[in-house]
Amino acid sequence: MDFTFSDDQLLFRDAVRDLFAKECPPEAVRSAWESADGRVAGLWAKLAEMGVVGLTAPESAGGMGMNELDLVLLLEEAGRVALPEPLVAHTAVGLATLADVAPDHPLLASGAAGETVLAVGIPPSGITKMVLGAEAADGIIVRSGSELHLLEVESPNEAASFELSAATSMDESRRMSSISWTPSADTLLTDDPAMVDRAFARGALATSAMCVGLAQQLLDMTVEYVKEREQFGKPVGVNQAVKHHCSNMGLAIEFARPLVYQAAWALSTDADGAVRDVSGAKVLASDAADLAARLSLQCHGAIGYTVEYDLQLWLKRAWALSAEWGSASLHRQSVARSLAAS
Amino acid sequence: MDLTFSADEQAFADEVRTWLEANKPTEHMEPLDTQVGFEQHRGWEKQLFDAGWAVPNWPTEYGGRACSIIEWLIFEEQYYLSGAPGRVNTNGITLLGPTLFEFGTQEQKDFFFPKMASGEHIWAQGWSEPNSGSDLASLKTTAVRDGDDFIVNGQKTWCSRGAWADWIFCIVRTDPESERHKGLSYLLVPADAPGLERRPVGRLDGEPAFAELFFDDCRVSAEHLLGGEGEGWAVAMATASSERGLNLRAPGRFLAVAERLAALYRETAGDPGVDPSFAAEVADAWIKAQAYRWRTFQKAGELAAGGTMGSEASYMKVFWSELDVEMHATALRLLGERGELASEWMSGYLFALSGPIYAGTNEVQRNIIAERVLGLPRR
Repeated sequence: MDFTFSDDQLLFRDAVRDLFAKECPPEAVRSAWESADGRVAGLWAKLAEMGVVGLTAPESAGGMGMNELDLVLLLEEAGRVALPEPLVAHTAVGLATLADVAPDHPLLASGAAGETVLAVGIPPSGITKMVLGAEAADGIIVRSGSELHLLEVESPNEAASFELSAATSMDESRRMSSISWTPSADTLLTDDPAMVDRAFARGALATSAMCVGLAQQLLDMTVEYVKEREQFGKPVGVNQAVKHHCSNMGLAIEFARPLVYQAAWALSTDADGAVRDVSGAKVLASDAADLAARLSLQCHGAIGYTVEYDLQLWLKRAWALSAEWGSASLHRQSVARSLAAS
Repeated sequence: MDLTFSADEQAFADEVRTWLEANKPTEHMEPLDTQVGFEQHRGWEKQLFDAGWAVPNWPTEYGGRACSIIEWLIFEEQYYLSGAPGRVNTNGITLLGPTLFEFGTQEQKDFFFPKMASGEHIWAQGWSEPNSGSDLASLKTTAVRDGDDFIVNGQKTWCSRGAWADWIFCIVRTDPESERHKGLSYLLVPADAPGLERRPVGRLDGEPAFAELFFDDCRVSAEHLLGGEGEGWAVAMATASSERGLNLRAPGRFLAVAERLAALYRETAGDPGVDPSFAAEVADAWIKAQAYRWRTFQKAGELAAGGTMGSEASYMKVFWSELDVEMHATALRLLGERGELASEWMSGYLFALSGPIYAGTNEVQRNIIAERVLGLPRR
């Protein structure tokens, strides 16, 4: 039993943290809201250069051949800065899935190099209707029941065509589209239900890590604010009601984080119950993000309710990611079904 | 990171499980907070001790196996999963024990540890007073030096297991002129000391598990001072940290409850009258028990790498105590109209309700988290 990350994993995390501190401050996230693709210009290339973009692709395709456990700390850092880049869809789910089911597909190598981008829309069940970042993607992985399909922008195949219609997210870095498409033999990526479950679990796990990072940042911003802000001649943070809000955020994060790490290990080693573990992690991570969003706004008071203040960048991402890849309620039901069957 | 047990760890788990299967009592035992049950549980402590399982993480010279923290966590998991009896001497083994290791003289260690491990000395905690609960530093019980003894006067209350314990670890004011945290000392008091009277008090579950202690010119040897005279607060804080952290409540007991809750859910799911929305509550409790387990293994790794527990122990205490209430409350709701009946779930619920109160109320713990972990201003 060894619940520690390796020195290499921690060093990689530190390097990515440094990069984000330089390249993804709140002003950069704000500029992403105004940009054409909702992203930070030039950042993806830098992440590709470090190996982050292609982390899950095999070395034979130019990737790092690493797994969920190597990625989880980087995603937590991405959450801390509200990174508006497709790290979950492209790296955590897209490339990892292609590596499993279509290792020779050209989008794997080009995606590992950061030359092409994958969007992924895998709902918990049924058929994909919404996708994040599809407008700017080169390939879109979608779900139909127990099948995954790949829709390629450059495909000459008429049967593989699809239509996107832009929708507006409250988090304006998130370019959402509704999609209409028809599953066909030409687009089929895999009809192995275990692969579909695994792809969904990868997305839920990666989003859980982002949620923990978001929640931690919301807590840290709140602690700084209530130490400085004075009312009645004292910092508002001396009040027990405010202290308990902060402690409750800390509690939610303190116990969500190890569950996310454990689920990353379980998925990376294909351990028994890995999919259930991911559901458990998403429950606590979504709850932590929701609670941190609600209580950080409350502790900030009116200034937190303005768009000029940066808190909103994290709040809105937390709302989105808490629900994406299965809400806490949905994953609780999954765990309950698993308990009932065991 | 490798979250499987090594071959050695698995062998250890198998050894614990096999021994418990062969040796755990099969006959009914009275609750450990009744006079009869107390002695029955003392007998079980002796049996554990004779086999080397009473204090597996202690050094071998005091009856332990010097096992690692991971092995101790494995022991606790196996122990509670096996359904073996409650431990009547947790106050001694898990609260006073670590404090005695840190502050005790060699003579004190050699005298107390073997008797604590074997159940010959069962310990109670004498801290709270009628007017000093959360505000422990306001305590008024005095101990005045008289030659080689202290003369103790005052009253302690809500002492768990105090009615029949053999020894009591107390915090007393040895400098009568002192205030607050200064002038306090940590004194180990034999329950048969002349001038000490005990009155059992019925707890919420009806068992006389609490005691009031009345000290009337009670004479206690100064040899039983733990730590220096006037240093009682520092010694007490070491005990409090053990109480809130890993020592008192290893995840094993909550994992066992979570598994029982899942089993109850399987039995009752589909019963007419059982609301299907209970599924979410059961899942939530089960997930949190896993989270506590993994946080603990994570913490064990941090400690092995030279980390400390410190004020983060308050995170642990709030989490396990509220989880314990939540799991039992969920079970009682699942039982529906049978929920109010006497059962293991009901007695477990009544016990769980004390968790957010003892070892420092959870309101105090949340203040500690805010001030000492997060760095918010005290005033």
